[in-house]
Parts: sequence; C-alpha cells; structure tokens
Amino acid sequence: MKNCYIARSPMVAARQLGSEMVIMSATDSTLFSLNEVASLIWKSADGATPLREIVNDKVCAEFDVDPEIAFADAERLVGELAERGLLLLTNEPAGPSPVEAERGL
Amino acid sequence: MTTALMQELNAKALELGVPFSAHLDVTYRCNERCVHCYLDHDDHGEMTLSELKNLLNQLAEAGVFFLTLSGGEVLMRMDFFDILGYARELRFNVKIKTNAFMIREKEADLIRELGVQSVQISIYSHRPEIHDGITKLPGSLRRSVAAIRLLKSRGVNVTMANVLMRQNLHDYAGVRALAKELCVEVTTDPTITPKMDGDRGVLGLGIRDSQLSEIFHDSQFVGNVEEFCARPAALDDGALDGVPCSAGHTYCYISPYGDVYPCVQFPLACGNVRKEKFLDIWRHSKRINEARSIRARDLPTCSTCAHLGSCTRCPGLAFMEGNMRGPSSLDCEKSFARTGIASANMIARMAPRTAIHGSADHPSTFSSLVQITSARS
Repeated sequence: MKNCYIARSPMVAARQLGSEMVIMSATDSTLFSLNEVASLIWKSADGATPLREIVNDKVCAEFDVDPEIAFADAERLVGELAERGLLLLTNEPAGPSPVEAERGL
Repeated sequence: MTTALMQELNAKALELGVPFSAHLDVTYRCNERCVHCYLDHDDHGEMTLSELKNLLNQLAEAGVFFLTLSGGEVLMRMDFFDILGYARELRFNVKIKTNAFMIREKEADLIRELGVQSVQISIYSHRPEIHDGITKLPGSLRRSVAAIRLLKSRGVNVTMANVLMRQNLHDYAGVRALAKELCVEVTTDPTITPKMDGDRGVLGLGIRDSQLSEIFHDSQFVGNVEEFCARPAALDDGALDGVPCSAGHTYCYISPYGDVYPCVQFPLACGNVRKEKFLDIWRHSKRINEARSIRARDLPTCSTCAHLGSCTRCPGLAFMEGNMRGPSSLDCEKSFARTGIASANMIARMAPRTAIHGSADHPSTFSSLVQITSARS
C-alpha cells in the first residue's frame, strides 16, 4: 500500500455523531461506528490524498502517536473497511464528488 | 449487534439533542386516491428543488442520518431524482416510501445506483379488486408488484407496508404470502389516522375492536401471542420518567411546505424552514420543547393506568384528540384488544356512558397503533 489512495464508497451513508462516525452500507444494511481516529481517516478519504499523507498530516498532528505505528494501524483499518465495501482503495488519485468537495464531507 | 449499536447511537443522539432521523414529505400530490388517506393532495406551494437542497444541507449539518423521503407520491415530482441524488451526495441513509406505480426499469436502476437503503411500498391486498378498490387507481396492484420485482432483481431492499382496514382485513395472510413469494419484508399496521384538517371521518374505515382483538391473538400476525397479549407489567420509574417516543427528541417531520413537526403523526407546527433555520426551530421552538417535556408521570389520566408500562401511547394521536398530555384512545383500544383489560381512560369514559366499544351496528372509530414486522427476506 505504498501509494494508497482511499475514497468513500458512494453506496455508503455516513454521519458524524459526537466524536464518532456512523456508517451504514446500502449493500448489506450493516451499521458501523468509527472511533475518533478512524473517523478522521474516513473524513480525509477524498480519493486524492495518499494514506501516508493523511496519517502524517491529520492523525499524527492531532494525536500523540508514532507515525509508523499509526500508519500500520491505518493500513489495517482501511483494509477492513475496503473488505466490507465501505472504502475504495486505488493506486491512483481520484477526486471527490462536487458536493462532497464543497461541503468537506 | 446492529440492534445494540442502534440503541447506543439513539441514546447518544438523545443525549446530544441531535435529530438523528427525519421524515421529509417532498409533495402531497399523489396519483392514487386511497380511501383512508389523511392528506390534502392539492399543491399549496411545495418547496422548490433549491429550497429542498438548502434544507438537506441544514439537516446534514444538524446531524440527521436516517432520512425518509415520502409524500404523497414522491415520483409525482419531476425532480425527485435530483432531490434523491443530492440527499445521497450528502450521505444520508435514505428510505423511500412510494406506491411504486411509476417505478419502471429506469427508475429502479437509479434507485439502485444512488445507494438507497430501502424502499417501502404500500400493498393493501394480494387481490387486484381489493387493492385497486382502495387506491382508486386501476392496475395499481399489478404495477406495484412489477416494481417490487424490478427493485428486488437489482438487489434493492424492499418492504411492503400493509395498512389494515375493513376493506382488506381478511387479506393480510394473502399479502404475507405475496411478500414471501417476492422475498420482501412486510409490515402490517391497523392504524387509520384522522385527516390533517382534523376530520375524523376516515376513522370509520378502521377495523372493529373485536376484529382487532382477533388479529392480536393470531400467532401468524403477532408471533408469540402469550408475550404480545400479556397482562401489563408493574410500573417502574423508568416508565414514568423516560422519554415516551422519539418525536421531537431524535426525530422530526417536515412537510412539503417547510413546516416542522415533532412527528409525521403529531401535527403541532413548530416553525417553518422558509422563515427560520432548521436548527433554530429544532433547538428553540417553544412548541417542540413543550412536546419534548412530556413524561408519563405528568399525564393526568395515563399515569394512573395499568397499561402505562406497556402502552404505546402516541402523544401525536393524543394531540389530535385535543390534548398532547391526554390519552390516545387509539392506543387504549390496542391495549384492551391485547389484554382484555380496560385502560384508565376507557374506565373514565365508561362512567357517564353505557359503552365505549363498538358493536357490529356501531363500530368503534378507534383503531390501534401497532406495527408488526414479519417475513424477513
């Protein structure tokens, strides 16, 4: 996952509730709740920012965590979310939808 | 696990004062004329697409996650898929309520592509003469069932909504068999509500008390009859001091004209999003805060009722009877039909009268507020 880009699946519903992110997939109606760190990664999953950059610039800037440990955890997380169809992983950058870009969703 | 998480999230939304769920009617216009419908189908100035987009932005910012788009018939709006597409761009979890008459291949494809969580379709009977007789639209059962097949073939979650009334009382087993054949869920609901203008005439279409009792004691309908019809449990402080329902707490309803209500079944206008910001109404409306303040302990009649701990008393139906802190007779009837034990409201009303319950000649105008889900796909 050296040059990994992550984007939120268009089939997913999501909303911030307090410090956590609530997510539901339209494919299998499974409900998920992401903690504060995972929510930050989710919100940064614009398809255009490499995962490494998200970890360094967002996660490590906000939480006191070793960058390599954080990156390894982030890789595991995005792998699990991708397996469930919630995130899309690519090796090339892609832009967010116009509404998402405008509203930072 | 999902249920436990859902309860946890609802509790958190309640604690934070977040409207986690909203029901938005995008139009009251409809291509059907269902005999029991409570709406005025004329267009008195629906919100435009631009106004609706602005509202959806506000709802997303307020924290709404579950969004029901309903009507009227949503597809009477030529711009419905623009509304839906925008709602999905904002990542709402969208449920559509429709009669599905206008859903063909193209619409089914769009519903799938836009990631709609579920589609609820009204089916009154498995027999065309009964269903179409209720909707007053010839061919409506055939078209609605065809739409269910189109949606299911694309993997969309579909639920049938089966409202029970006199015309179709004996067809719920047939509707369930149809649901099973189509591999969809079905909810059966014997609730008929007064019209929005207060006219209670439609309540006469509701099923009679004896029939209500009969279906409440049918395991095919309620599952575990013994449990469903158990005598009321002893009261505890939780029942007396808890929030009675989500109306105005984590849920709200918005009409096509921008009026905000605590619930689709609670016609207490709390403000209008054409004049005020949604969050200002949600947080500061005196009326919504009044509705929020209701606790069972403060209810003059119901707090003394044996059914209080198990009653599904609806403050909106009570409001339509004249007092949001008063009894909801529809729910009293339901409690009685389940248990055979009269509610405090019924006892009080019986005193000056000879009878409260209906007979074959004088059927009760009361129905019940219960919704039972079965036949999971």
